[in-house]
Amino acid sequence: MIAEAGLAALWFAAALALLQLVLAAIGVRRSAADRAEPAGAHLQSVDPSIGSTRTRVEDFLAAVRPVAVVQGALVIFAMLLLIAVFVRSDMSVRLVAEDSSAAKPLIYKIAGAWGNHEGSMLLWVTILGLAGAAVALFERTLDRRTLVATLGAQAAIALGFYAFLLFSSNPFARLSPAPADGQGLNPLLQDPGLAFHPPTLYIGYVGISVAFSFAVGAMLTRDVGPAFARAMRPWVLGAWIFLTIGITAGSYWAYYELGWGGWWFWDPVENASLMPWLAATALLHSVTVLATRDGLRAWTIMLAVVAFSMSMVGTFLVRSGILTSVHAFAIDPKRGAFILALLVIYIGGALALFGARVGTIRQGNTFEPVSREGALVVNNLLLSVILGIVLIGTLYPIIAAAFGTQLSVGHPFFDSTAGPIALVLVALMAVGPLLRWRRDRVGAGLRRVAIPAAVSLAALVVLLVFAPGIRALPLIGLALGLGVAVASIAPLWGRDLRRTPLFTYGMVVAHLGIAVSLAGMASESAFSRETLVATRIGEAQRVGPYQVTLIGIRPVVGVNWSAIEGVLSVRRGEAAPFLLRPQSRFFSTPPQETNESAIRTALDGQLYTVLGNRDDAGRWQLRLWWKPFVTLIWAGGALVAIGGALSLLGRVRRERRATRREEA
Amino acid sequence: MKRLMLWLPLAGFALLFAVVASGLFRPSDNLVHSQMVGKQLPKFSLPPMVAGKPGLGSAMFADGKPKLLNVFASWCIPCMAESPQLMALKRQGVAIDAIAVRDTPENIAAFLKRFGDPYERIGDDRQSAVQLALGSSGVPETYVIDGEGRIVEQHIGDIRAEDVPEIVAAVRKAGR
Repeated sequence: MIAEAGLAALWFAAALALLQLVLAAIGVRRSAADRAEPAGAHLQSVDPSIGSTRTRVEDFLAAVRPVAVVQGALVIFAMLLLIAVFVRSDMSVRLVAEDSSAAKPLIYKIAGAWGNHEGSMLLWVTILGLAGAAVALFERTLDRRTLVATLGAQAAIALGFYAFLLFSSNPFARLSPAPADGQGLNPLLQDPGLAFHPPTLYIGYVGISVAFSFAVGAMLTRDVGPAFARAMRPWVLGAWIFLTIGITAGSYWAYYELGWGGWWFWDPVENASLMPWLAATALLHSVTVLATRDGLRAWTIMLAVVAFSMSMVGTFLVRSGILTSVHAFAIDPKRGAFILALLVIYIGGALALFGARVGTIRQGNTFEPVSREGALVVNNLLLSVILGIVLIGTLYPIIAAAFGTQLSVGHPFFDSTAGPIALVLVALMAVGPLLRWRRDRVGAGLRRVAIPAAVSLAALVVLLVFAPGIRALPLIGLALGLGVAVASIAPLWGRDLRRTPLFTYGMVVAHLGIAVSLAGMASESAFSRETLVATRIGEAQRVGPYQVTLIGIRPVVGVNWSAIEGVLSVRRGEAAPFLLRPQSRFFSTPPQETNESAIRTALDGQLYTVLGNRDDAGRWQLRLWWKPFVTLIWAGGALVAIGGALSLLGRVRRERRATRREEA
Repeated sequence: MKRLMLWLPLAGFALLFAVVASGLFRPSDNLVHSQMVGKQLPKFSLPPMVAGKPGLGSAMFADGKPKLLNVFASWCIPCMAESPQLMALKRQGVAIDAIAVRDTPENIAAFLKRFGDPYERIGDDRQSAVQLALGSSGVPETYVIDGEGRIVEQHIGDIRAEDVPEIVAAVRKAGR
């Protein structure tokens, strides 16, 4: 019954989305007609019983809002019911039988609900519904007519993805006869990381749909200006924070769970999450120009469309299975074709609307090249170029296949193309916040970055002296990271710290996070030490500052796995030794072997150990890495997210105060 | 001019659409094709795998007669599945030689006893050296070799019943 109730909730939600779309469409048209006939509108406003333009839009808004909220509630209800069938291990539901097993710990039963195609698409739609409901409930500053159009656009997107779920990816389909037990969840996914990573990433991924709907709404009503930008900004920020957390957490999860010692693989699925982040980061900066200086109108609209388009393209790439990836998902061309059709409708539609409408939006303010705006434009261009590189690199295997060549594009391409541009971008990040709005003098700007530049230069010299032979990219990365870390705090110099707005702190922390992360990446890439040894019990191995001795091998049993555990005694200098226990785990449903790395985090880096197989001579393979300052990569990511959160808090507070003042 | 620029994003998306649609509707080819197709067999000489059957060397392929070269192993399940097709090819007069990969004489003898023996010669390639030289990425794989010892075609994976006529035709063609 639970599964049927879930399916019914989905159908109801789809029907409400349709209703929401129709109501919004009529609302926008009617009010447009009213605006087009000012004389009529004038007459109407004389007689309050007929209602003015303003009240008419208010009427439609009053009707659309609850529909959006109930639609969101229904789809959340459906998601909860799916989790319920997973928790109950109801094997008569096909999805549970295929991806779960009764013996799994509770947390993985819950996470299993989105560890598969249908469930993750339901999660996708759930967050879309949630975002729509949140806009309906909390958006107070946006122009009423644009808000109605925005909710209509959000409903239009939801409708397509409901159709996808209901017609080709029903998560609640039954299986008859029901098997005694399920086939189990991929062991790599049985990790606490999975419980939180996809929902977080999806909130960002799909949350950015709000920006898309705002842009479509604004193009329909031709109302693009600072007020629109201020209304859109918190939504973009919110989604962007979650995207940042999702990507950072996903990177760390891959790092410790896959046992390969790497933190970013330029895998198509990683790129699919990076592309919306790049676009959203660009959008975040351009929306600030629009809000503060009323510039970059068309460009901001474009970016809002592109950001969510990248989410949808990413979903398509991941879900259609047209790219080979370490993320093995079900390959089904029919489903791919369905999502592709949705892409054509939404992205094609929005871009056509852009072509037709954006020309009629008045041009905003202009500015001098050397100014805060100028720096933000360059930031946007560089981010767009990186986005383009990642997109082309990700799709290139498909293009090459069309010409009969098989190839894969990996880190050599991305490192050598996106890497240098990213370094230029980070360098610019040091300068941008120190420039004035509208117009600045080159000399004055240079003076303000003199200290950070000196720090970078000093770091460069020190590195060249003490670490000769370091490769160019990590060398520049380290030097730049230090300089930019100093520069990112510079906007606070000479300011009254108590009166500095919270969003300025947000910017400082986020930029500092980027610098910290860059330093971590560069240090990991330049100074990592790796050894792969075959060792007997009792033999000591050296890696970096550590001495690692295998002192024993013992069997371990978990809830649904058994493992061989290596007990390593690790010493660093004169300090007391500690134990690390890397495991080689065997899962029975489905049968698979995974390596559980054991990691020791010190202040200056991580020791990463992986236990391999036993060879014929009775020696054990041991893989050891010493990765100096590698943790900075994720610490930086966390700082970026915290900076975003501070910004969001600051912006929302200020808007609240402004609204209250208006009302008073 | 400016108006046209505004349609550029849509044009870009159309291009993106064309790329992914082409990828979607032409299923990707995940097989690893050998770079050796069209070239002379690499030089090799393998000892016999089982008693009473000669080993295999590259020189034996230059006798003017086209042959099949089957790369197989007793531990490989698709190899068991394709054995009836190999027997059918043998009955149609196709000469088949084989390379047994990472295997032992006892296991191969048991395999031949159970699934039939379509082979004229079997070379013992315990370290997969010749397999790698052939550009073969797995078992089973079957190569069509012409009378001069040139690799004409590569069949990746087990030979299904529907593949048999095609392979017979390829061997005939290589003989001309």
